[in-house]
Amino acid sequence: MPFTHNEFKLKYKAEEEFPDLSAHNNHMAKILTLDMYRNLRDKHTPSGVTLDDIIQTGIDNPGHPFIMTVGCVAGDEESYEVFKELLDPVISDRHGGYKATDKHKTDLNPANLKGGDDMDPNYVISSRVRTGRSIKGFCSPPHCSRGERRGIEKLSIEALGKLSGDLKGKYYDLKSMSDAEQQQLIDDHFLFDKPVSPLLLASGMGRDWPDARGIWHNDTKTFLVWVNEEDHLRVISMQKGGNMKEVFNRFCLGLQKIEEIFKEKGHPFMWTEHLGYVLTCPSNLGTGLRGGVHVKLPHMAKHPKLEEILGRLRLQKRGTGGVDTAAVGGVYDVSNLDRIGSSEVQQVQMVVDGVKLLIEMEKCLEKNQPIDSLIPAQK
Amino acid sequence: MGRMASSFVKVPCYSLSNLLRSSSIMPFGNSHNLRKLEFSIDDEYPDLSTHNNHMARLLTRELYGKLRERQTPNGVSLDDIIQTGVDNPGHPFIMTVGCVAGDEESYDVFKELLDPIISERHSGYKPTDIHRTDLNPNHLKGGDDLDPKYVLSSRVRTGRSIRGFCLPPHCSRGERRAIERLSVEALDALGGDLKGKYYPLKGMTEEEQQQLIDDHFLFDKPVSPLLLASGMARDWPDARGIWHNDTKTFLVWVNEEDHLRVISMQKGGNMREVFTRFCKGLQEIEVIFKEKGHPFMWNEHLGYVLTCPSNLGTGLRAGVHVMLPLLSKHEQFGPVLKRLRLQKRGTGGVDTAAVGGVFDISNADRLGYSEVKLAQMVVDGVKLLIEMEKQLEKGKSIDHLIPQQK
Repeated sequence: MPFTHNEFKLKYKAEEEFPDLSAHNNHMAKILTLDMYRNLRDKHTPSGVTLDDIIQTGIDNPGHPFIMTVGCVAGDEESYEVFKELLDPVISDRHGGYKATDKHKTDLNPANLKGGDDMDPNYVISSRVRTGRSIKGFCSPPHCSRGERRGIEKLSIEALGKLSGDLKGKYYDLKSMSDAEQQQLIDDHFLFDKPVSPLLLASGMGRDWPDARGIWHNDTKTFLVWVNEEDHLRVISMQKGGNMKEVFNRFCLGLQKIEEIFKEKGHPFMWTEHLGYVLTCPSNLGTGLRGGVHVKLPHMAKHPKLEEILGRLRLQKRGTGGVDTAAVGGVYDVSNLDRIGSSEVQQVQMVVDGVKLLIEMEKCLEKNQPIDSLIPAQK
Repeated sequence: MGRMASSFVKVPCYSLSNLLRSSSIMPFGNSHNLRKLEFSIDDEYPDLSTHNNHMARLLTRELYGKLRERQTPNGVSLDDIIQTGVDNPGHPFIMTVGCVAGDEESYDVFKELLDPIISERHSGYKPTDIHRTDLNPNHLKGGDDLDPKYVLSSRVRTGRSIRGFCLPPHCSRGERRAIERLSVEALDALGGDLKGKYYPLKGMTEEEQQQLIDDHFLFDKPVSPLLLASGMARDWPDARGIWHNDTKTFLVWVNEEDHLRVISMQKGGNMREVFTRFCKGLQEIEVIFKEKGHPFMWNEHLGYVLTCPSNLGTGLRAGVHVMLPLLSKHEQFGPVLKRLRLQKRGTGGVDTAAVGGVFDISNADRLGYSEVKLAQMVVDGVKLLIEMEKQLEKGKSIDHLIPQQK
C-alpha cells in the first residue's frame, strides 16, 4: 500500500517540493540542502513522522537576524535516528560541535555537587533548576494524538500521586481548574497558558488545547511539573534565596523517584547514551537542564567585560522575565549555557562556581576595586 | 432542487485497519499518527463539550469511531478535517463551520459528517439535491440602475479550486507552486478589459506593496486562528500572489484560503456591469484551465467545490456598500433583510461595524441557488431597501413595502 500522506508529494520532483529558505536564519535552514531533502523526503518514522513535519516550524519562522533558532523539532524518539542526516549536523551546530559519535554523561547524584549552599543571599534572590522528560512509547507533542496525550497525562498523574514527604502534592488540569485555583497558580507564577509563540504553534504542539494539559506542584510549592506543554514533562525545582544545593537535591530526588515509577509501568524516560534525555527541541538534548539564579549585579551589569566573563564561565544571562527579556534593576537571570556533553552535576557546578565569582567581582566593584585579577580562564 | 441526483463519482477510500494488518505502514494526514488506532474511540474522541460550531454539534462519538479509520486517496484524515473546529471552540453568537476539506474527495469519503454539516449550514440542503450553476449575465434582469446617491460601490466575489490538487489545508509546496504557475499562465492569457499583471507576495517591491495596500487589494498572512489551525498558512508566503487587471476592476487572489478567489468590483451602483465582467472573466479562465487538463472542481450536487463547506455551490457573495442611515435604525431592518435572503456587514467586511450608516449588503445563500439568482436577489433587494430609505426620509411609513419571505 502506498504511503499515502507523504506519497502524493513524491509525484513532484525534489526541487519542486524543496522549501525556499533564502530569507531564513535558523539552524535547519543553514544545514538542509536540496540533496539532503531529496534523500530524506520519502522516509518516515514508524509512527508516521516525516521530514516536512520536522522542518515545518523552521520554514514558517524564518528567524531573527540576531537570535539563532533551531528551526526543527522531533515528532517522536525515532526522528533523531531516521532523520539523523539533518539532525546530527543541527545538533553539532547548536551544541558547540557535539559529534555524531560523542557520548553524553548523565549524573543526577546531588552528593557530587560541591558547595552551592552558601551563595550570598544579599545578592542571590532565588534559585531554580528545570529540565524536561519524554516518556518512551509515546510521540512527542508536535505529533502525538489525543489518545497518546491523555495516556501521558494519566501515567503522569499516577506517578506524581505516589510522591510523598516534602514532595507530596496535587494536580490541576487546565481544562477544569476553578477560577480560584487559576488565580492562585497565576499568583504563584506557576500557570502556563496556550503558547502564542509562532515557533511553537507551527510545530503542531498547540493542537487540542487544553485537553490533557495540567500543572502539578507539591504542597510547599518548591517542586513543579508541567504536563504536555512543549514536552511531555517539564520538571522545576525552586526556592527563594541562594541555596542551590537544596534546590538541586530536591530536583534529583524528585526526578529519580518519578523515573522509577514510570519504569515500573513499562514507560521509562526516553534516553540514549549519545543524546542523553531525548526532548522535542534539539536545543534541549542531553540534560535538558537550565539551572540558574536571579542575582543582583548592578555594577557588573555596567562592566564592559561582563559578556566575555559569562562566556568564559559557560553561563548566559537573561532578564528576570525569562528568555529575551531585559534585566530590571540590575537583577539578572544567570544560568548554564550548555545542555549536552556535560552532566547535570557539572552544569549546576558551573552555575554555583560562576555565580560565586560574579558576586565576588560585584563586591570588588562596590569598593571601586578592579576585577582584572579575578577574570577566569575559558572553561 | 428535488430530482434524485445520478450517482456521483465514486472515490476510492482506504480502510486503515485493513492496511495496518499488512506489514506496510499507513500513516494519516496532517495530524497523521500511526498509533491512533491502537487507542480506543473514547481515548481519541475530542472533547467538544464547550464547543459551538457545526462540526461539534454533529460529530458524535459513534460517527468519529466510524470515520477515523478512513482517509482520502491523498491521505486526508478525519482529524485533518476537524482540527480547526477542535482548536476553535467558537463563539456563543457566531456559528462557525468547524471543519474544512483537504481535497475534493474529502466531501465524499467523509460525507457522513459533511452532508449533515452542509445541510445545517445551507438551509436543509439534502445529499440528493442538485445545485444549478448559471454564469450567463444576460439572465440578470436590470441591475444597472441602482441609485448612485445611495450605492457607493458594487462587488462580486467567488472562489475556485483546481482539480488534481489538494486544497490549501493539505496541499504540498510542489502542488501550491504548480497551482500558482497554472494560474499565472491562465490569467496572462486574458485580453482587452481583463488584461493585467501578477504580483507574487514573495519578492514584491515596496512600491508595489504600498500601491496594493492603497487599492485595498493586498492580502496578508491570515491571523485568524480559524484559518491557521487548518494548516492553510504553511510555507507562507511561498506561491501566494495577487493578480489584477490594468483598470483595477478584476482581481484574483492565488493560494490564500482557496486556490483562487475571484473578485469583480467598481464604484457606484452598476451591479450589472460588475456581474457581467465577473462571469466573462471566470468563464475565460475556466476554458484555459480546462485546456491544460485542470478544470475547476465542480459536481452537480455541490456545485463549485471549495475549502470551507460554507462556500459550496456558487461560493458567491455579491454585494454593495449602501447608505441606509434611517432604515438601519428601523426595527424592521433585520426582518426585512431576512425575508430578502440578504445579510448585512460593516464596511470592513465580516464582523465589522457599519460606519456612517453605510452597510455592506449581500446575499446570505451560497448553495442551492444559481449565481444569477443570487445576484438578482441582491439587485432587487437593494432597490427595495433604497425605496424604503427614501420613504423614511419623507417621514412616511414602509409597512406596505415589506416583502414576503423569498
